[in-house]
Amino acid sequence: MSEIKKLTCIVCPQGCSLCVDTETGVVSGNRCKRGESYGRNEITNPTRVLTTTVRLEDSEMLPVRTAAAIPKPLLFEAMKRINQLQVRKPIHSGEILIADLLGTGVPVIATKSIY
Amino acid sequence: MEKTLQYDLVVIGGGPAGLAAATEAWNNGIQRILILERDYELGGILNQCIHNGFGLHIFKEELTGPEYAERFIKKVQETNIDVFLQTMVLDFELRDEDHLDEFSEAEQDSLLIHAINSQQGYLTIQATAIILAMGCRERTRGAIGIPGDRSSGIFTAGTAQRYMNREGYMVGRRVVILGSGDIGLIMARRMTLEGAKVLGVIELMPYSNGLTRNIVQCLHDFDIPLFLSHTVVDVKGKQRLEKVVIAQVDENRRPIPETEKEFDCDTLLLSVGLIPENELSKMAKLELDRRTNGPVVSQNQETSLAGVFACGNVLHVHDLVDFVTEESQSAGRNAAQYILNLRSKQDIPQSFSKENERKEHFERQSQKSKDCDFISILNGNGVNYTVPQRLNKNDLSESIGIFFRVSNVFRNKQIVVQSGDRVIRSFKRQRLVPAEMEYITLTQEDLQNITDSLVVSLEEM
Repeated sequence: MSEIKKLTCIVCPQGCSLCVDTETGVVSGNRCKRGESYGRNEITNPTRVLTTTVRLEDSEMLPVRTAAAIPKPLLFEAMKRINQLQVRKPIHSGEILIADLLGTGVPVIATKSIY
Repeated sequence: MEKTLQYDLVVIGGGPAGLAAATEAWNNGIQRILILERDYELGGILNQCIHNGFGLHIFKEELTGPEYAERFIKKVQETNIDVFLQTMVLDFELRDEDHLDEFSEAEQDSLLIHAINSQQGYLTIQATAIILAMGCRERTRGAIGIPGDRSSGIFTAGTAQRYMNREGYMVGRRVVILGSGDIGLIMARRMTLEGAKVLGVIELMPYSNGLTRNIVQCLHDFDIPLFLSHTVVDVKGKQRLEKVVIAQVDENRRPIPETEKEFDCDTLLLSVGLIPENELSKMAKLELDRRTNGPVVSQNQETSLAGVFACGNVLHVHDLVDFVTEESQSAGRNAAQYILNLRSKQDIPQSFSKENERKEHFERQSQKSKDCDFISILNGNGVNYTVPQRLNKNDLSESIGIFFRVSNVFRNKQIVVQSGDRVIRSFKRQRLVPAEMEYITLTQEDLQNITDSLVVSLEEM
């Protein structure tokens, strides 16, 4: 049965109010193309970029993130996996720390250079 | 005493505002630039904002705070801009007017900064121009008068964010967050991901003060309840926090008896507003705006003291760093222009008498004597403040942007800019909320022959 789901787009701070037809996947209310794909994804396979930190050997904190959005239900498992990481300095921003996070094909990268 | 250091431009603060202002001044031909930063690294608050969402306007991609900062830090490193870290500015001032004769002409026009750090000790720095980029700080428990015990476990959200993201401490396990500003929302998600239980976000107003996208991705995603029109009425705990009591509030924001709810928790985070950090501005007697808590500026970000510019959160609290960057780049360009103008003026042989020179100097430095050059921008119906607060009539050669915030949630309104009875320009908006800063641009033609104050207000469509 067709249903219209109301969503707020989180792609950018504009926060467009979207209406998505759950059957056809047709999105309205978006002001850009990315809003359209967000709306469609959100009713089929919602994904999020995960950002967190990794403790370096000298207890300094390294901020990291997934290079792309991963499926929402995997967020907590991904946290566990990232918390097991052992990373040594020097680190460059953008350096790959995990090549394929939990089989998603998405790498985890450093977001700060620490020398 | 150590010799006074000489710079064309001193930027106070090495966060996003200071970095953008300094690099832009460099790009506009200023070579002797110094950034003074009190933390141990550049980047300011971006260093602890490890979440993504920065840079969509400027870089067309979603960066995290450290990534955004690093792009600007790299730019600074590619220049000869000097940076003093872990350096605290104590004060800045005009040259003492009673002893002006002792100074050369260049010195007379300059400002003097007093600073301190553990390597160089006490420093005096002479600068032709200063850019204030000190950012803002958080309101605390004391500022909003939360009653109850003085237990540990009560943090401002930004302090907790620094502990977690930069210093690696977990601040608590069962958390209540007061205030639905963006930092509070981001921390609700962050603490949840790190294994804490966030019991609820409590908001005094009937609407959230954060960006809608943060309500979705930080609260809805993790089923964290948002209690609108509620506040904290008591906190209990002998050593560590044990209980937080909340209650619903009426339309006058007073707690309604018998609507209390208790939460067993060990941590209370406060995300209850930000205050531009203007202690230096106050000491230098800059004219401040009670609505923004920042300096009064004209369209070139110049404060009431000539040669002193302000940008970023010290001027008014922004919700997007991209806007801080743009505003600060503009301040950097304008400060560069000021320095270059002054330099070309000093190069011209002066035929004035000493007395005239002095008089001219003080007219330049004290803008109070030329108030007639300014047109005020006033906030009308539904508008809480505007930045700039005034326009310099002598500098209307370009279009000007006005930032402002609305006082409530509005739908289908038009923003009207009026001068006297004349409507200069109007802009339609479907939705206006206090949490999201508004921005309008007036063209040079719009501002032709304006004599009365400008009033920005919201009207029915």
